[in-house]
Amino acid sequence: MHRANPPVGASLPRVDGIAKVTGRARYLDDLDAPQAWFGATVRSRVPHGVLEALDRDPAFDWSQVAVATAADIPGRNVIALIEDDQPALVPIGGRVMHVDEPLALVAAPTKALAFAAAKALHPRIRPLPPVFTIDDALAGAQQLYKDDNVFKQFLIRKGHTTDAELDAAFASAAQVIEGTYWTSPQEQMYIEPQAMMAEWVDGRCHIVGSMQCPYYVHKAMKALLGCDADGVVIAQSVTGGGFGGKEEYPSMLAAHVALLAAAAKRPVKIVYERDEDIAATTKRHPARTHHRIAVDARGEICAMDIDCVMDGGAYLTLSPVVLSRGVLHAAGPYRCPITRVRGRVVATNYPPHGAFRGFGAPQTTFAYERQMQKLARARGEDAIALRKRLALRSGDATSTGQVLGFSVGTDEVFAAVEGIAGPAPARSGTSAAGSPVRRGRGFVFYFHGAGFTGSGEQRLAGRATVAALPDGRFEVRSSSTDIGQGSITMFVQIAAAALGVDPGRVAVIDPSTSRVPDSGPTVASRTCMVVGGVVDRAARVLRARLESWGAEHGVAGDLAAIARAHGEVVGELAETVTYEPPPGIQWDDATYTGSAYPVYGWGACLVDVAVDLDTYEVAIERCIQAIDVGKAINPTIVKGQIEGGTLQALGWAVLENVVYKDGRVANANMTNCIVPTFADAPELETVLVEVPYPFGPSGAKGVGEIPMDGPAAAVANAVEDALGCAFDALPISPEAVAQSRAAWRLS
Amino acid sequence: MTAYVRPRDLAEALALRAEHPDWMVLAGGTDLMVNAIHQKVPAGIVDLWRFAPIGGITVGDGRITIGAGATWTEVERHPAIREKLAPLALAAREIGALQIQARGTVGGNVGTSSPVGDSLPALLALDCELEVASVRGHRRAPYSAWCTGYRTTQLAPDELVIAAHLPLPGANVRTAWRKVGTRRAQSISKVMGAAAIEVDAGVVVSARIGLGAVANRPIRATAVEEAVRGQRLGAQAAEAARAALRASIAPIDDVRSTAAYRLEVAENVVARFFHVS
Ligand SMILES: Cc1cc2nc3c(=O)[nH]c(=O)nc-3n(C[C@H](O)[C@H](O)[C@H](O)COP(=O)(O)OP(=O)(O)OC[C@H]3O[C@@H](n4cnc5c(N)ncnc54)[C@H](O)[C@@H]3O)c2cc1C
Repeated sequence: MHRANPPVGASLPRVDGIAKVTGRARYLDDLDAPQAWFGATVRSRVPHGVLEALDRDPAFDWSQVAVATAADIPGRNVIALIEDDQPALVPIGGRVMHVDEPLALVAAPTKALAFAAAKALHPRIRPLPPVFTIDDALAGAQQLYKDDNVFKQFLIRKGHTTDAELDAAFASAAQVIEGTYWTSPQEQMYIEPQAMMAEWVDGRCHIVGSMQCPYYVHKAMKALLGCDADGVVIAQSVTGGGFGGKEEYPSMLAAHVALLAAAAKRPVKIVYERDEDIAATTKRHPARTHHRIAVDARGEICAMDIDCVMDGGAYLTLSPVVLSRGVLHAAGPYRCPITRVRGRVVATNYPPHGAFRGFGAPQTTFAYERQMQKLARARGEDAIALRKRLALRSGDATSTGQVLGFSVGTDEVFAAVEGIAGPAPARSGTSAAGSPVRRGRGFVFYFHGAGFTGSGEQRLAGRATVAALPDGRFEVRSSSTDIGQGSITMFVQIAAAALGVDPGRVAVIDPSTSRVPDSGPTVASRTCMVVGGVVDRAARVLRARLESWGAEHGVAGDLAAIARAHGEVVGELAETVTYEPPPGIQWDDATYTGSAYPVYGWGACLVDVAVDLDTYEVAIERCIQAIDVGKAINPTIVKGQIEGGTLQALGWAVLENVVYKDGRVANANMTNCIVPTFADAPELETVLVEVPYPFGPSGAKGVGEIPMDGPAAAVANAVEDALGCAFDALPISPEAVAQSRAAWRLS
Repeated sequence: MTAYVRPRDLAEALALRAEHPDWMVLAGGTDLMVNAIHQKVPAGIVDLWRFAPIGGITVGDGRITIGAGATWTEVERHPAIREKLAPLALAAREIGALQIQARGTVGGNVGTSSPVGDSLPALLALDCELEVASVRGHRRAPYSAWCTGYRTTQLAPDELVIAAHLPLPGANVRTAWRKVGTRRAQSISKVMGAAAIEVDAGVVVSARIGLGAVANRPIRATAVEEAVRGQRLGAQAAEAARAALRASIAPIDDVRSTAAYRLEVAENVVARFFHVS
């Protein structure tokens, strides 16, 4: 591992900060495009059916607008991702799979005219019975995907080969804890809605927009437009948040603006309205997890059996990968010799569920940390003591048989929380409004695999370039996007430290597929750990090459001086490096055994709640998160990631929800699809724990997603502590608490 | 083109109303702007933002008069309102958040009279009377009779709301207020209650209870008001209030909450008003 050189470890101000707070940063909707028309989308109003026709209202003047349908697609009518089952536009005769599915497109010189045109195009859909529940999907109520409606399934077996062996382990257990846990869909609620613009220049399609993964869009557009890699250029504009919501969905908008720009013969821009964005784009997968733990007479876990079913919505999109992460985290960071994990993700007639921070892990984490709490209660054992006793440490094996060798922050995160927790607050009290309150404390311990699952990172082989420019400045070129999480500042710090130059000399160029190599997508907590590591190596190699060139040519001075001299004689010097997995990574996709992730982050979270007995509201009075991040390249940014993710998780726990009615989002606005405000945020006590990852840049590992995993279960555990009854479904809304009243056991 | 007028005086404003009853009356715009993209562009706009003839807050004659153009920030900061009309000051503090309070007006909340308008239960409990004007003259209307249905009011097409008149409660009147929203700020109410309870030697002499979000308009809980009369403050009055309320409201299910929750919480909130603290 490398020693952390400055400015690594320093909280440098955000490189993009001033432009963003002064309004100078230009988001897609701000980009000048004087000739551009506005696009609008004609959508389905039924959840399931067959598109028979698109009727144009004869009273509308169609000469003033451009229209595009599936028939105008030059290549394949698919949003190419994992499986090509989702069309960009439903063709005539094709199956409509969800409400708000795109059927046709219009573009016009003004937004108002585009909306009017969209309203004047009437789809005729022959309805089919819809499927809205996991059970109906599994029962095959309608055939939505292949013959069983199952997009993907996984089976993990550890320490046994047959179900009979597993059953025997449960049969001989001293105690079995069993429960079923429900987690709700969640909207990413990025501040900037989905937005994209396209223009055709000399037969080449240029697309710019708000996105996390330029090369995902690139891949999808090659298939849709039927062109080669040079036929389409994808550039990211300043992006106002993503949280996974701009991982796969931007390919849909890109397809639409590309088709409209061709039809209108001019640039076309689509910026979703908020209601449209909430209604049509992806949400966190709702999930049902059945979880059994068998313990022996000494209180050791002897077996676990987990069955997780997620609702994938209408198309496969990223569901197999979300499910994969869900099952790989389902057994939690606990020792267990015999483990079976089954996972399925099924097709329904909801808009596709998709990527959202945590990516399947928050769903199964909720289940296992509720189970651990029930185990502690059943045994009368302290919640923290029990977890400490059973937790994975170096030398232990996970459910996939991965033996943990390094960077296991278990003891450190426990100690960090215990160091500041103090005694639990008084059980009974009175709220500011004069209502009686009941308090409780909840605790969770959890982990999150950083980077892509299994052999994903090897397959991706992410690349990044660091270049010495002839003017003595340095440039980082990568397709990783800054979506508000601070990645370009982090890249500057890593590159400057490796080059030994002032950070002011390093710039990160805007990602465009014409100018940056494919570093892989901006997902999976991998940007710092994986791509940052590649940038680090590229910068070191570049520095060595420059220094030896300087020595050879007798150039005196610092690296910038050598870069200038090199620039004069030869030109720019660029070094592109490809990701190399750490040694010892073995993964078997067929049996789901081996190193599921290169390394894990570790987290412990403590929550104190006060439940108002008049209004049933759960107030989160305190929240401590201690997270092992390996190394905080920029502590302020890392804290920001943890606090944002924590609040997102607390919101998911008590107040966020997506309400569907007949397959349509019924609360598609910011008034009713609520997320926490600052007034709802408790004072967050965040502790950065640093147990270095030997193969990450200066020891860093992933941080983006982990804070999302734990807090919801911590809240449920705390509410259980307060009211004496179990809360196994999210959200723990005041309505849910009110409904539980008969079960309360107030002590 | 939409016409736009900032009247110079009340006479001009009322004349405009009489001539163009279909024009939009704009105060802070915080209600109107939300729906702007879903609605037809109006033929004209009468802009009453910072319109002096309906502004200001005055105290005198045993009452407080709040101009329809007063903002929630002005209401919340007014010392006499804070002291004497606490429910209204507390409601003001919970409307949206600071930016909305700085722009949203009393006249706008009353003009829309949504079932979830946060000031409205307080206006009911505090026995508010609205002053309304048109070229035909001035009139007074008790707020308890103002709402005629879901977001509909008595306001005639040529009228403007000028002010809200609120009598100063006597020394033996306790007031209370509670908003139960979806979250702590920028929140739509699921249940709201306001109370003004006249007490003599621990016994309820009379009470006015305003409720929001439990019916298609803000309502007075008259059954509760009758049931608590003569009851001892504390558990006795609280239970009487709870029973009377249960029998008299029928809230609904919607995307924000459930009928069962609203009913139960409304009972708890109203009962709490009668507990001695
Ligand atoms: C983000 C946000 C949060 C909000 N949160 C809350 C909340 O928590 N609680 C709450 O109660 N409200 C809330 N509101 C709604 C709104 O802010 C209030 O209802 C406010 O009081 C409206 O006042 P205004 O001056 O902005 O009204 P405007 O939008 O200008 O007008 C509203 C209506 O009243 C009419 N009107 C205005 N003045 C007069 C007059 N003098 N005579 C006759 N008619 C008149 C208008 O014609 C219009 O029909 C919120 C709004 C937003 C945008």
